[in-house]
Amino acid sequence: MPDQSKISLRGVHKSFGPKHVLNGIDLEIGQGESVVIIGGSGTGKSVTLKCVLGLLNPDSGSIRIDGEEVVGARASDRDRLLHKFGMLFQSAALFDSMRVWQNVAFGLIQGKGMARDQAKQIALQKLAQVGLAEEVAELQPAELSGGMQKRVGLARAIATDPEIIFFDEPTTGLDPIMADVINDLIVSSVKDLGATTLSITHDIASARKIADRIAMIHEGRIIWEGPVSQLDDSGNPFVDQFINGRAEGPIQMQVLRP
Amino acid sequence: MIFINLLAHIGRLFLGFLAASGRLAIFGGRSVSHVFRPPFFPLITLQQMISIGYFSLPVVGLTTLFTGMALALQIFEGTARFNAEGAVAQVVAIGMARELAPVLGGLMVAGRVGAAMAAEIGTMRVTEQIDALTTLSTNPFKYLIAPRLIAGTLMVPFLVLVGDVIGIFGGFVISVNLLHFNAASYVKNTVDFLENIDIISGLVKAGAFGFIVTLMGCYHGFQSRGGAEGVGAATTNAVVTASILILTANLILTRLFFSN
Repeated sequence: MPDQSKISLRGVHKSFGPKHVLNGIDLEIGQGESVVIIGGSGTGKSVTLKCVLGLLNPDSGSIRIDGEEVVGARASDRDRLLHKFGMLFQSAALFDSMRVWQNVAFGLIQGKGMARDQAKQIALQKLAQVGLAEEVAELQPAELSGGMQKRVGLARAIATDPEIIFFDEPTTGLDPIMADVINDLIVSSVKDLGATTLSITHDIASARKIADRIAMIHEGRIIWEGPVSQLDDSGNPFVDQFINGRAEGPIQMQVLRP
Repeated sequence: MIFINLLAHIGRLFLGFLAASGRLAIFGGRSVSHVFRPPFFPLITLQQMISIGYFSLPVVGLTTLFTGMALALQIFEGTARFNAEGAVAQVVAIGMARELAPVLGGLMVAGRVGAAMAAEIGTMRVTEQIDALTTLSTNPFKYLIAPRLIAGTLMVPFLVLVGDVIGIFGGFVISVNLLHFNAASYVKNTVDFLENIDIISGLVKAGAFGFIVTLMGCYHGFQSRGGAEGVGAATTNAVVTASILILTANLILTRLFFSN
């Protein structure tokens, strides 16, 4: 790992009322590294991402980006840090009042103040990069299939050439082939940019493909982390149960048995 | 025991009310502060002004037209009991300008605009579009809320001014055609009687109501959680709270304007 982490989380806690979602997350992500957090639903994956982005405020702990503290930072500093980020949302979260190219160009026009014509050219280029033709650029997001929406979301996430990209369940809700297409696009677009990425998923195939390193989250803590090559012989019963998708094991689902 | 439970229940309701008021106050303060701090979004503000102002004209126009007509009939009938039928023009003018155009206009805008705003922003919230705005370095308070607050506060007075004219015209039509008033003297009575304060107080009220409607629409949309049901609840809450606040603010503003 490089000397300084790109993103560093130490002892991050977050509760919603009586519900403790994060119980001290510790995670270091190096420059240019691709880390995937795996874990079941409701274990705190999304909350972790949102804390790093500043969409949620952690109750305690420290989150540093390039050594700069995010928790409790001033709004103006936080806005400046957000320029380093791109994010692909689980539901793609495209602005449904805008055309596809306007979605992709949004960060360039509003965030960076680029002229519309120039921003549109870059948007078309990014759309081509994710395999979408020029005709698609003029459509409304509602006219696209789920896989196409994800690809537009990806184009929007990489449009500003961010240093850090977050992927929230990039393959959820897609057929296996489209999921693999998205995985390939993530790997190639990240390589082109040299970006640092943090993804969350419960799709193990996707995790194996896009990760350098995998961290498993359970009950608000990182219970295992290691290179993707060690995933199969982690020696951790939680990880074994999860990657093999077994109902029996140390992870107990809250299901009433008949 | 029942008594204690009852007290606890009342206490919880009261605490809940205080917490909600606090959240709304923080949200409102934050929203207003972004109205005055760059970057500004003039194009979006203009779009909102058109959508609030221009497209609400039919609703507000019809409301005030029929209200002005009914008001003329009622006042004629009522004042006839003490032989003061001549006051129809004056009462219609003052009633529309001071009270009915702002309040009914405000309530109609709450139904039309407040609900649409809560539904739109609520849907953006539950589909993570608001989070997406933030990750694209765009502050949702500046991009979504400030333009709507500006547009609402400026355009509802415009609607009410048009409503004043249409409402008084409605009264005129009924009075002249049905109640056989002299057209020229009806107009003269209206113009002579109305004072600036009557119109201005109505427009100030309208500005306040426009602010209330847009703030409630944005607030409830922003707070909405959990899919279609959450957005539906946000829409209802936006209209109900805006309506109640409009009626409350109307009383307070009336008292402030005409206390002496």
